[in-house]
Amino acid sequence: MREALTADDRVFLMGEDVGKYGGAFGVSLGLLEEFGPERIRDTPLSEAAFVGAGIGAAIAGLRPIVEVMTVNFSLLALDQVLNNAATLLHMSGGQVSVPIVLRMTTGAGRQLAAQHSHSLEGWYAHIPGIRVLAPATPADARDMLAPALADPDPVVIFEHGSLYNTSSDLSATHHRRADIFSAAVRRQGDDVSLITYGGSLPKALAAADRLAADRVSAEVIDLRSLRPLDDATIMASVRHTNHVVVVDEGWRTGSLAAEISARICEQAFYELDAPVERVCSAEVPIPYARHMEEAALPSTGNIVRAALRTVGRNG
Amino acid sequence: MSTARKKSPKNEATRRGVGSSRTARPRPRSGARNDGEAEDKHRHELLAAMLLIRRFEERCVELYSASAIRGFVHLYIGEEAVAVGVTQALEPADAVVSTYREHGHALARGVPAEAVLAEMYGKVSGCSRGRGGSMHLFDAGRRFYGGNAIVGGGLPVAAGLALAEKLRDTTNVVCCFFGDGAFAEGEFHETANLAALWNLPLLLACENNRYAMGTPLTAEHAQTDLAMRASSYGMPAWAVDGMDVLAVEQAARRAVDGIRAGHGPHFLELRTYRFRAHSMYDPDRYRDKAEIERWRTRDPLTVLGTLMRTLGELHDEEYADMERDAAEAVARAESFAEEALLEPTADLLRFVHSEDQVARHGDDNGHQQQAEHGDDVPGGVA
Ligand SMILES: Cc1ncc(C[n+]2csc(CCOP(=O)(O)OP(=O)(O)O)c2C)c(N)n1
Ligand SMILES: [Mg+2]
Repeated sequence: MREALTADDRVFLMGEDVGKYGGAFGVSLGLLEEFGPERIRDTPLSEAAFVGAGIGAAIAGLRPIVEVMTVNFSLLALDQVLNNAATLLHMSGGQVSVPIVLRMTTGAGRQLAAQHSHSLEGWYAHIPGIRVLAPATPADARDMLAPALADPDPVVIFEHGSLYNTSSDLSATHHRRADIFSAAVRRQGDDVSLITYGGSLPKALAAADRLAADRVSAEVIDLRSLRPLDDATIMASVRHTNHVVVVDEGWRTGSLAAEISARICEQAFYELDAPVERVCSAEVPIPYARHMEEAALPSTGNIVRAALRTVGRNG
Repeated sequence: MSTARKKSPKNEATRRGVGSSRTARPRPRSGARNDGEAEDKHRHELLAAMLLIRRFEERCVELYSASAIRGFVHLYIGEEAVAVGVTQALEPADAVVSTYREHGHALARGVPAEAVLAEMYGKVSGCSRGRGGSMHLFDAGRRFYGGNAIVGGGLPVAAGLALAEKLRDTTNVVCCFFGDGAFAEGEFHETANLAALWNLPLLLACENNRYAMGTPLTAEHAQTDLAMRASSYGMPAWAVDGMDVLAVEQAARRAVDGIRAGHGPHFLELRTYRFRAHSMYDPDRYRDKAEIERWRTRDPLTVLGTLMRTLGELHDEEYADMERDAAEAVARAESFAEEALLEPTADLLRFVHSEDQVARHGDDNGHQQQAEHGDDVPGGVA
């Protein structure tokens, strides 16, 4: 964000506690001191108003980064996102574009109970007119911001709460990918494709390790962009492994996993040697108690078992 | 400074073993206002109720550090006079809707400390079966309709509960607690207008503790006189010293009397302060230490304790008894929570739909369980 603010004076950040507090997760610490309160703007608890104001500022030619603390609270602003940000360009016959970037955290896993544990990326990915990104690594989180700001249309970036505690060396030598909006093959494999994104990537990678011990070679695809989906990378992997497990922390019914499965059926049905498996969250509001929360969420064990089933091993 | 402050570090207090018990929730008085002895007894009850909340939460901090409690925990320490004072005006048939900072509200409404702490332990004997945790305490039997963790989210629901009372022609009141931060949400303003428009029996109890997480009141609101703004909706509204439990009680009684008399919603701005960070995650870097110390001199336990000592109605032994009772209540809650059981994971999918409904129509998860072909997680996740 610091780079974006330095590079372009149309860029500003606003949201609850982004300034003095440094962001609910410490993401914007120090920015207020550097860029001042006009560009690092604390907002009251008024999600509909400040997301809508971000849309207005974007229409007027600024490049707002609007942070809604978590996807759970973004529901109060969903009207602005759907009925304005995603729709104005079309409704105005191409006259009014909305170059806003919305950031928010998503996901469960920290015993925060139902109202703080939603994974609604799939809902947002349902909406034509916005781009939906889900970085699964700190490097991607950084590298996605500049192209998101360069996008003339709304971009929603979901950061999984559990990833804030991972760190990595983002030194200057870090190789920047130009194709940040396409899916990444995080691990190559031959027997089964584990297709996932965001907070589930570490679980899928751990599952791939365990599968390797069972002599099953898993390929791990990190979608990175949830809308549009990178069909080419997905289908190439399916053609190679012929077995698929889709891992998605959203609820199974009407999920991103459902969309991906449907696309595989449409585009690569004859490449499949077994039905597509889905590992999603149980269809229940996420409970507080740790054992219940764990039981509700996709786990490495679930992914391993689904993968073994699909390759026809003792699953 | 009263003993309340000196006793503050609580370790020794909670470990003093189990003994006598006393009901923590003060009974509402009936017309005893001028009877000195009844007043005296009532003040003792108020002090004991606040002390229980204080000691309970101090123990929660330790249990959080020991990882017995997880998730988000928002402490009420410093704000006890609000919950205890407001609930004095409520009858058992009245309903309460609360926030994520609701341990004090729940205890003041008589939800047993055992059930509250077991909830925070994630146990099935918790008041929400361990499904909710600290932010979602529920007790429908006591008409305590929960901790809501979406800021402002409880307000429209409280209006609906009040609408039901009105349509049923009862004299019951619905009390909704919410913060100064929530006052900035559209849900507050829409609810205030609706409640006034429909003349609903709703008490809007705004806990103005001067901060919404790290954002001070002056950065949340262009006009910080919240009571004045609430009155613009056409309802009686005034500000109260939220550190003085007697003032809170008096204001709440006046408001509730007005509501029961059919005069529609009332708004109280309860000026208070949280002595602790926003939540256990919050490093609390945004407040001046001197400001916190200044407010600590208005500790609601000290304010009432000092008055009672001045009146000669609180003696050291009595206060020590009160401390012991609170410590014992907390210790009982803790052993209850420790020993309580976890809900079996096989029950994971319960309470998504009402159970008789599921029996009649099946639920959405049939397919899911099938798809699991014998996965080892009961209730079928995958
Ligand atoms: C709609 C919504 N936005 C943001 C949050 C994150 N959040 C939780 S508590 C809080 C501050 C609320 O302040 P206030 O209403 O004054 O209550 P207090 O915590 O001071 O009791 C914030 C920003 C949330 N839970 N819900
Ligand atoms: Mg507040």
